[in-house]
Amino acid sequence: MIELRDVTKRYPASGRPALDRVSATVDSGEFVFLIGPSGSGKSTLLRLLLREDVPTSGTIRVDGLDVARLPRRKVPKLRQRIGCVFQDFRLLPKRSVAGNVAFALEVLGRKQSEIRVAVPELLEMVGLQGKAERMPHELSGGEQQRVAIARASVNRPPLLVADEPTGNLDPETGREIMRLLERINRGGTTVLMATHDDSIVDAMRRRVIELADGTVLRDEARAVYGAGR
Amino acid sequence: MRAGLLTREVSSGLRRNVTMTVAMVLTTAVTLMSVGAGLLVLRTIDDISALYADRLEIQVALDAETSGADPDCSGLVCAPLRSSLEAAPGVGAVAFESQEQAYDRFRELFAGQSVADVARPQSLPATLRVTLTDQDGGAEAVRAVVEGQPGVRGVIDQRDVVGTLFDFLNGVRNVAFALAVVQALAAVLLISNTVQVSAFTRRTEVGVMRLVGATRWTTQLPFLVEAAIAGMVGGALAGAGLVAAKYAVVDDLIAAIGQAGVIPPVRLSDVLLVSVLLVPVGGLVAGITGYATLRAYVKV
Repeated sequence: MIELRDVTKRYPASGRPALDRVSATVDSGEFVFLIGPSGSGKSTLLRLLLREDVPTSGTIRVDGLDVARLPRRKVPKLRQRIGCVFQDFRLLPKRSVAGNVAFALEVLGRKQSEIRVAVPELLEMVGLQGKAERMPHELSGGEQQRVAIARASVNRPPLLVADEPTGNLDPETGREIMRLLERINRGGTTVLMATHDDSIVDAMRRRVIELADGTVLRDEARAVYGAGR
Repeated sequence: MRAGLLTREVSSGLRRNVTMTVAMVLTTAVTLMSVGAGLLVLRTIDDISALYADRLEIQVALDAETSGADPDCSGLVCAPLRSSLEAAPGVGAVAFESQEQAYDRFRELFAGQSVADVARPQSLPATLRVTLTDQDGGAEAVRAVVEGQPGVRGVIDQRDVVGTLFDFLNGVRNVAFALAVVQALAAVLLISNTVQVSAFTRRTEVGVMRLVGATRWTTQLPFLVEAAIAGMVGGALAGAGLVAAKYAVVDDLIAAIGQAGVIPPVRLSDVLLVSVLLVPVGGLVAGITGYATLRAYVKV
């Protein structure tokens, strides 16, 4: 699903590369934690996967697409194959729960009839049936993150990238979100989650890729957060 | 991109930025009005040229002695002058107007006025009236031919009279276009700024569009349509302004400068044509500016 080979990213302003010859492969259907302190290169790596930026050297493949060499007009194709969830939810404040999900479908040019069917399905998947007409500010953080996950799933993407999805949530709500992500993963979706939350990583016992100073410090199956220290 | 979504995005965008949008519409309107005014002056200059082109002559006036002695240009002074004029390059036809004919025309021209009664045939010169095929070279050739010739009193180039009028109109046109250029710069900067502000206020929507993989076109179109609509409204206002200016100012002004026919009136059909043209021009300029801005400054 994801193949990184000698990926290096150097920003013009800084001497040390943000990513230094990072190589890793994530198979289809895997659940992978990406951990490491701030500045270790997690965000840069996610940006490169989404083609928000291009690597200085090395190759990145996502679902068969050569990300770094993708022509600009094909970038939307890439992003349709990657669902995205963030710490800050990024919902449209003036649209209802259903409206937020519908918006994503609308901008993809889906038919109204299709949207009317898809939105309730997606909301049910994340456990928000009955809250379709609520506004984002009326929801708890966990519920807002569920809306964001529903929205990230509009394309039924084979890969879900989550950047600190539990960072703004209390531990119990965070665990609920993790159960949702696990369920999505069991459905066949590859999940790559960047996080600082050691209790979640320790509880899940999934593969962990740890970055430090732009390099892969460890890459272990069924690992915990603090191993190797 | 579906029409409903586009309409919703565009109308919310225009409302959200209403002060910027109004400023942009007004600036565009004033700019396009200057452009339109310049075009109409150009048109008027063309009209005047067409009106006078085949009527304008160079008159070679003969001196009193020749005028009085030679009623049909067969004399030793007039005949060679006429044939050398006819042979000159750029010259079309040469017609002879005798003193008597000049006198008749003069009386006709000033009929009812006291000057018509005072004038005597002897006080009017006979003239060789030269029409030109080459407006510039012909005039030079005529001057060269008659220069220093016996029997010639002087040369009157009617185009000198009309030339003053042309100079004035050319001045008006230049001012209109110069204003248009300066204002166009202001309008383009304002459009660019409005698009940037618009993109900033909608960064969350744009972010979501990018994330879920909406096409670049879908992401950009609302901004471009917004700019184009504002530009077209500006063009329409400019057109309305031109029509209003014709009736409120220009018609009276032309009537005041000269009696009917000296300057042809600005035709309503021309004003309407220019006005209608300004609408798509406004839309296009704003749209292109918006597109360039999005490419250069805004990540959408």
